[in-house]
Amino acid sequence: MFGARQVDVLAELPDAPVKGRSLWQDARARFLRNKAAVLGLITLILMTVFAVFGGLIAQYEPDFVDFSLMGANAYRGVPSIETGHYFGVDQDGRDLYARVVQGTGISLLVGVVGSFVAVFIGTLYGAVSGYVGGRVDNIMMRTVDILLSIPFMFVLILMLVIFGQSLLMLFIGIGLISWLNMARIARGQTLTIKNKEFVEAAVASGVPTFTIILRHIVPNLAGIVIVYATLLIPEIILFESFVSYLGLGVQEPNTSLGALINLGARQMNNGTLWMLLFPLAFFLITLFAFFFVGDGLRDALDPKDR
Amino acid sequence: MFAYIVRRLAIAVPTLLILVVFSFVLMFAAPGGPFDSERPLPPEVMANVLERYGLDQPYWKQMFDYVKNVVLYFDFGPSFQYRDRTVNDVIAQGFPVTLTYGAWSALVAVVVGVSLGVAAALRQNTWLDYLAVGITIGAQALPNFVMAPLLVLFFTLMPALYFGGPWLPGGGWNGGQWDHVIMPVIALSTSYMASIARITRSSMLETLNSNFIRTARAKGLPMRRVVWRHAMKPAMLPVISYVGVAVVGMITGSVVVDVAFSTGGIGQFFVNSAFNRDYAVIMGITVLVGALTILFNLVVDILYAWLDPKIRY
Amino acid sequence: MTLHSKLLASTAALMIAGAGAAWADGHATHPETGEPLASEQSFSYSIIDDFPSIDPQLVEDVEGSSVARDLFEGLMVENAAGEAVPGVAESFEVSDDGMTYTFTLRENAVWSNGDPVVAGDFVYGLQRAADPETASPYSWYVEVMGVLNAAAVVAGEMPVEELGISAPDDRTVVYQIDAPRPYFPQMTTFPTTFPANRAAVEAGGEDYTSPENFVSNGAYVLSEYVPGEKLTRVRNEMYWDNENTIIDEVTALIINDSNQALTRYLAGELDLVMDVPAGQFPRLSEEYPDEALSFPSSCSYYYLINHTDSGNPALQNADVREALSLAIDRGVIVDNILAGGQKEAYTFTHWAVAGWETPDIDIANMTQEERNAKAQELIAGAGYGTDGEPLTVEILYNTSDSHRSIAVAIGQMWKQTLGVETELANQEWATYLDTRSEQNYQVARAGWCADYNEPSTYLDLFNSASSYNDGKFVNEEIDALLTEAKTAEDAMPIYQQIEQIASEETAILPIYHYASVRMKDENLANWPTENFLQNWYSKDLYITAGE
Repeated sequence: MFGARQVDVLAELPDAPVKGRSLWQDARARFLRNKAAVLGLITLILMTVFAVFGGLIAQYEPDFVDFSLMGANAYRGVPSIETGHYFGVDQDGRDLYARVVQGTGISLLVGVVGSFVAVFIGTLYGAVSGYVGGRVDNIMMRTVDILLSIPFMFVLILMLVIFGQSLLMLFIGIGLISWLNMARIARGQTLTIKNKEFVEAAVASGVPTFTIILRHIVPNLAGIVIVYATLLIPEIILFESFVSYLGLGVQEPNTSLGALINLGARQMNNGTLWMLLFPLAFFLITLFAFFFVGDGLRDALDPKDR
Repeated sequence: MFAYIVRRLAIAVPTLLILVVFSFVLMFAAPGGPFDSERPLPPEVMANVLERYGLDQPYWKQMFDYVKNVVLYFDFGPSFQYRDRTVNDVIAQGFPVTLTYGAWSALVAVVVGVSLGVAAALRQNTWLDYLAVGITIGAQALPNFVMAPLLVLFFTLMPALYFGGPWLPGGGWNGGQWDHVIMPVIALSTSYMASIARITRSSMLETLNSNFIRTARAKGLPMRRVVWRHAMKPAMLPVISYVGVAVVGMITGSVVVDVAFSTGGIGQFFVNSAFNRDYAVIMGITVLVGALTILFNLVVDILYAWLDPKIRY
Repeated sequence: MTLHSKLLASTAALMIAGAGAAWADGHATHPETGEPLASEQSFSYSIIDDFPSIDPQLVEDVEGSSVARDLFEGLMVENAAGEAVPGVAESFEVSDDGMTYTFTLRENAVWSNGDPVVAGDFVYGLQRAADPETASPYSWYVEVMGVLNAAAVVAGEMPVEELGISAPDDRTVVYQIDAPRPYFPQMTTFPTTFPANRAAVEAGGEDYTSPENFVSNGAYVLSEYVPGEKLTRVRNEMYWDNENTIIDEVTALIINDSNQALTRYLAGELDLVMDVPAGQFPRLSEEYPDEALSFPSSCSYYYLINHTDSGNPALQNADVREALSLAIDRGVIVDNILAGGQKEAYTFTHWAVAGWETPDIDIANMTQEERNAKAQELIAGAGYGTDGEPLTVEILYNTSDSHRSIAVAIGQMWKQTLGVETELANQEWATYLDTRSEQNYQVARAGWCADYNEPSTYLDLFNSASSYNDGKFVNEEIDALLTEAKTAEDAMPIYQQIEQIASEETAILPIYHYASVRMKDENLANWPTENFLQNWYSKDLYITAGE
């Protein structure tokens, strides 16, 4: 489902992106030269600040209902500085500003944690498969091939339906889908790393296999992992919004940008357009920022542009 | 090559079996059953209904019978939710619909996406490039459940209220008449089009920077010829692999389109059957999409081999 | 459906539509009211979910029943006010003990294939509904009717021939029931009891309900059914009262999203929207005063309280329950969230049930300030709330925008008035039902709709033995009163007493009584707004020639 694009982009990555400090410094310099990427990074930092501290200037709790502004009267809850509802109210008479702050936080969290789960599992799996090699490698990679043929969107819907919707289930479900591509990439990189001198030295001095994988292989996958993760986050945020659309997203009173957009979209023709536009704006800006940063990182870590 | 295809198809069988078992386990673990309602059935009625569908049998037997019927008779069983129909009926009715707008969407996404991507790459860092990048990122980020009602608003409701009549019907399928297909295709293809455009752009840029293209340019070949003759094929590799995923995504993601435009496609049936615990329909559609996924993965790999001489199977 | 049969069906539809149009032009005014009629007598309406079945014996939902009532005709039919009037039966007689009903069929009733409708078709229909082989989810309805031996037949302990329905001759249907039920004739308007054409059922097999096989005896025949998209029925030329049927074609469009349905209505693609999104009625009735309709509908919305040990221990205390009930500002829910003519509920039975007078209970007569004050007093007395022990109550509801809005609002009302915290648990339908029936909740959203137009259809839920009693509320006095009401001459005072007790004990938290909000084209006339159970027949409708 995810990440096919990244696979191919990343397949072009260098064999060993980390040779020492200078390479990282190079990458940083290249990244900083990319204006769009820097702007994206700044936006992301601001977005995070907004999600963490934005609640401080909210005049209302995100779950506080103003009974005079809900339901049929929601059209009166227009955005206004005077009433303290900077972004107006939502369909249930709750302060939309406070809810957008909360939704941004949860969407970022889902994206980051979901992608962390995928990267964590995928890297370890791929590194083990690639390093151990032989029959183990064959079996592990055939398993990935088989799993890739399963329509996971369907399976995730089934899982959420069956085990109840919760953030945890969402992380597990999304992580389960996305680690497959990461595993393939990590394996490919491991194959080239494992014949390097420092690995051979470690083997010769009797370091246990698993320690070699953790100490020597995984750190050398860092570059590729970071790029993959940044590209994965926006896809997961998008995916979460789809899950919210199905009514299987985060539980009330918590909310995500996807859930807010979905509720706003249903009120699209009812004269309360702000319910859609504010969360949608934050959603789009966040995704734009991630895309730019992801592209920037990829270019920065790709030696071909040097 | 032939041996490779045979081997891949051979792997497909255990894959589908794993899928069946996995889905069965998930379904049996699910709380609630297909015949639950706010007004629970009296026990004797429930017993009749369960017996009718073989749900009184032990799990392993249900699974065994299911696989047997599918393999021997290509019979996916009756639907539990739709009493008048079998799963074969549901798929026979819904799948052509999904396939129709899915195929059109794939075509639109590829043609528009590739053109946009190539154009942006050839005019890198001009206003055209920036515009294309902006549009594609925006299109990729706009969820289609927002896009679908927006389309209805602009092409159906507003013209109906202010210009004397709707430009396009706001929903329905009507046997796939062209005016019923347009909005579903736009809603479904946009984000994939955007992804394809972005992949094409970056892959084209990379190809144009590669040594063999530089050589070709240096030899004085015209740009148009370089792009068509030399750059296009390698630049399309990542696009091809993405299209395979995208086609399957369009089929699974079609639930939004089905709901927004009442097309009666398969996505809606899948989601409804998951909610209604219509086990037979869930299984049928999952197996169908699983088979399609395998098929498209294979097609993509074959195309890959054809485009990239480095790859040998 | 094969392509060939589709062609056949659509050709038939065309021919029939053509004939109908000619007919309408010939009679350009309504025979009774004299209103000018439109030359095109067809309409379309939207429904949310696809039909689980349109086979009358299997039908289990409201919309499927509407289709079945158009395609088939039972012994009795309902008029605009919801009263039973003769359908295929010309008349009926009831024996002195009230346990034998003899229906005489009209001579001119025929099936759409030309066969006469005979008594045996009704016997076969009912037997088919009860037969364990058919496994109809509505076979319990035959038991509810009290047809002799119904329970044993459904359970498979007796052959279907033992069912208490017989056909002494082709024009006589005799029902034997187990106890006098003044309501019985009304029950024969229900699709489960409709006749079935044995030859068609047997020939059709699994495809019995496809247009080419579906032989029916009502005012319409099925012409096209595209699952997930639409169902079209057209005039049945063979119908005995075809002459007085005005509408030629009816199309049900399946639109999963009620907002999209409304949009398409406003764009002129539909003539009737069955489910208008909550909270839209005030705006729509202002902009489209002649099209927005609201009328009482036979359901009650309430919060179940889990009275068992698996519930919240604090809710075992009647004062806490009462406080929670008092603190719900039903006015806000009814006027703001739903805003479609729903009514505040303090008792369970729907206010519009025939002959029902809602008992005069205190909570209904207080202002919300008084209720809040009393609620605060009660919760403090019980030692919970702002100054007492912290209390958190979990509200379970199934996924839906309006259930969510109501749960959010009630949670805030409890928090703001009582200092009681809430947790919201949103589950999708099947999981929610499972959780509810296993008493794995504290407070759960619930709704109950009338099966028939009498208070016991609601109040039976308070019976400790009822399988529908998901709150496991037990009160011996109510159990005794319910038994008494079954045989009482005037049961209304007893029902009122039951409501009184349930209210004192706060067995449930009643919230509101439903209303149906619809958008209907002005020209679609004679919609039965008075029918409490919302049953309608296309044959009674007509389209006036509007501007």
